[in-house]
Amino acid sequence: MQSDIKTNVNASINHGTYSNVTTTGDWNRAFQTRSFQELIRQKRSFIVPATIFFFVFYFILPILTAYTTVLNGKAVGVINWAYMYAFAQFVMTWGLCHLYMKKAKRFDELVNSVKQEITAKGGKAE
Amino acid sequence: MNTTAFSFFVGIILLTLLITYWAARRNKSTSEFYVAGGTITGWQNALAIAGDYMSAASFLGIAGAIALNGFSGFFYSIGYLVAYLVVLFIVAEPLRNLGKYTMADMIAARFDAKAIRSAAALNTLAISTFYMIAQLVGAGAIIKLLLGLDYSTSVIIIGILMTIYVVAGGMLATTWVQIVKAVLLMGGTIALSLMVLAHFSFNPVEMFNQVAAKIGDKAVTPPTPTTISAGLDSISLNLALVLGTAGLPHILIRFLSVPDAKTARKSIVIATWIIGLFYLMTPILGYGAAYFVGQDMIKKANAAGNLAAPQLAEYLGGNIFLAFISAVAFATILAVVAGLVISAASAFAHDFYSNVLRKGQATETEQMKAARWASFGIAVVSIILALGAKNFNVSYLVALAFCVAASANLPVIVFTIFWKRFNSAGAVTGMLTGLIGSVGLILLSPNVMPAADAIFPLKNPGIVSIPLGFLAAYLGTVLTGSATKQEEEKHTQIFVQANTGIKKLG
Repeated sequence: MQSDIKTNVNASINHGTYSNVTTTGDWNRAFQTRSFQELIRQKRSFIVPATIFFFVFYFILPILTAYTTVLNGKAVGVINWAYMYAFAQFVMTWGLCHLYMKKAKRFDELVNSVKQEITAKGGKAE
Repeated sequence: MNTTAFSFFVGIILLTLLITYWAARRNKSTSEFYVAGGTITGWQNALAIAGDYMSAASFLGIAGAIALNGFSGFFYSIGYLVAYLVVLFIVAEPLRNLGKYTMADMIAARFDAKAIRSAAALNTLAISTFYMIAQLVGAGAIIKLLLGLDYSTSVIIIGILMTIYVVAGGMLATTWVQIVKAVLLMGGTIALSLMVLAHFSFNPVEMFNQVAAKIGDKAVTPPTPTTISAGLDSISLNLALVLGTAGLPHILIRFLSVPDAKTARKSIVIATWIIGLFYLMTPILGYGAAYFVGQDMIKKANAAGNLAAPQLAEYLGGNIFLAFISAVAFATILAVVAGLVISAASAFAHDFYSNVLRKGQATETEQMKAARWASFGIAVVSIILALGAKNFNVSYLVALAFCVAASANLPVIVFTIFWKRFNSAGAVTGMLTGLIGSVGLILLSPNVMPAADAIFPLKNPGIVSIPLGFLAAYLGTVLTGSATKQEEEKHTQIFVQANTGIKKLG
């Protein structure tokens, strides 16, 4: 029975450009491993808020300059707050990049645990 | 004819030809032609991404836009940079984990339909052509400034030269041309910035003060809000800038030339530093040109300000420095066009010719031949279109390419990775609607039609066409019934692969 399912799924996948000898059942098991669920949870809890934050931070500038003059006041010499805000976006971009690199180290560790969990159950992950 | 400048040109052309020749000899397989065999290291790729990205739009266009329009020109610098966060957080790693040669590989890894590969190839061709027009406009202006040839002759000569590089060299040559060019461009920009700042005792605040004193406060202040529509246009431009990068085929293909997701990630972070530092210098170039050269002289040389940076170099460093900066700009354009042509040629040869027309039966030799013909074709079309685009600012033209990329490619990329119910009908609808919507609105806008009769009022259609692309992909999916069981099951596989890079379970 199990092997029948395997053959069917293989047949349906193999006609694609990517011949793939794995069954969807296996991918489901990989999906359900503790480490994979933890990986997804951790990725989401960083990427979703970080993305919302930088979009909001980014769009405030064009919205404020398009419809108000609140950023026209001088900050340093003739350099106004609009420029200061613009420079702050450079700092934000570099800062978030490095924060992501730091988080990604943990993501890589979790990917390794996913592979270990699969191997421990007698499978192989490459 | 400017002899010094001409010698520099010949030098740069010889250097890049040598690189191309060297790479062409190693260029044996399709994998090497498309993605340099996946052998590029993180630092090399970072420089190449920066090289691919800092096009004529960044160097010539932004400097000119800031020189003539002040603060609103700086929006380009911010948008082009922040866009890398979208790439880093959302697109780069899944793409590296799923892709092979082209962006369409990733979508096709989930939905194997010919219509999808065809639509993706069409998008890539359209976006690359748009982007290439901008580069050719910049190159034409430079050659005209240096050699006094007329604009049309310049564009045609450059177009032909560029095609030769790509057809002979492939991705490895292109990558090395990008690396050399990124180093040259950073060096040239730093030198030019230091020369400007030297006049203001190396104090940027003093530069701003004196620019405002000489040209007027409006040079550094954001334009005063006038109409609702002008405000919308500004937001629309910013939307296209921040979302466009993640849909640009020639940037996305860069993540396929590195061995794994970790290298892809590392190369983006380094590239973001290089690109950010470069963009921080754009106000110095722009205001420097406005202060020393003067807005009238800039407009006289090129109505859209595309020659502001070379003119500034001439003012500060004389003929030799003009020649150096122009040669750098030329190398920049050359390298970017090579990258564009490679991604377009790969899309045509790998996605359309090999997988759709020949159903995967084409030999490597046949594929290479198709890729070379495609390179030639896209060059010809771009040259013809560039001849009519002379009076556009090149940064502005590139922003339109970003808009098409964000409308046509990004929705499908995002849904492919994150939405389980997404199906192939939705993918095709999304890609075609985004493409037709964005290009169509550009044709109906004041860019092409006389401002008074324009049917669509905004100069950048992003705020309409990008949501339209997402909506079409969504509706295309829900209106054609549910995803097939196979498509839903496949999503689990894609989702695990995109997040872990595991290719095979057993």
